[in-house]
Amino acid sequence: MSHNQTPSALLAPRSARSGRSNYELYSWMFMRISGIILVFLVLGHLLIMNILDGGVQRINFGFVAGRWSSPFWQVWDLLQLWLAMIHGGNGLRTIINDYAERDSTRLILKSLLYVAVVFTILLGTLVIFTFDPNIA
Amino acid sequence: MASGTLYKGREGMWSWVAHRITGVAVFFFLFVHVLDTALVRVSPDAYDRVIASYKTPLVNLMEVGLVGAVLYHALNGIRLILVDFWSKGPKYQRQMVWVISVIWLVVMIPGFYFMTKHTFEQMFGA
Repeated sequence: MSHNQTPSALLAPRSARSGRSNYELYSWMFMRISGIILVFLVLGHLLIMNILDGGVQRINFGFVAGRWSSPFWQVWDLLQLWLAMIHGGNGLRTIINDYAERDSTRLILKSLLYVAVVFTILLGTLVIFTFDPNIA
Repeated sequence: MASGTLYKGREGMWSWVAHRITGVAVFFFLFVHVLDTALVRVSPDAYDRVIASYKTPLVNLMEVGLVGAVLYHALNGIRLILVDFWSKGPKYQRQMVWVISVIWLVVMIPGFYFMTKHTFEQMFGA
């Protein structure tokens, strides 16, 4: 779409939306719902990992093994991974749409973004589910 | 643009700019962080070696920046939700920028102390 064209919604602001999906509405709603959940998950994660009880200085393989022996922290980290990656991926999608003016640039950047998001979610999920505390 | 605009160059615009910058920064860190954590599937030694870099003074300082960025993004995100869903949200959006700034400082001052305590002890002696 050229940037010189006036969007149809501005030409006829009270007209009914025709045949378009509600994708952007769901995206807007998802950002708010996932955002509220992430406030607790991520700030809790940062408080435990970086501030309490010596912070980052006490983290090592044994520390991770101790945490992931509990399903509670496995579920915490899994939920945090999925929500944060989709929330962040959707945020970057919005930013690419705002600043990348050429269609080809947008396509390339968004393809890279989607590949990175899917790869990171799958890798992180695999690591949480296949973690072995007795690995040699 | 003519003077007298309500939004441009004021608290609303700058909080929006900061929301984007902190969001992008946190996203890129998250990508790296999943990669470094994935080393637990390689070997305990590989993981411990990469985590050792997180304990150096320079990276430790960057972690303070990361926590500051996440905390700002979280507080401003709550503000955005209040602007969208609280009936008085739009009226008080500007005041809420100052409220979250104060909360940010109140959390970050002790946060900075506890996060960098070890680094300062290491660099300047107990």
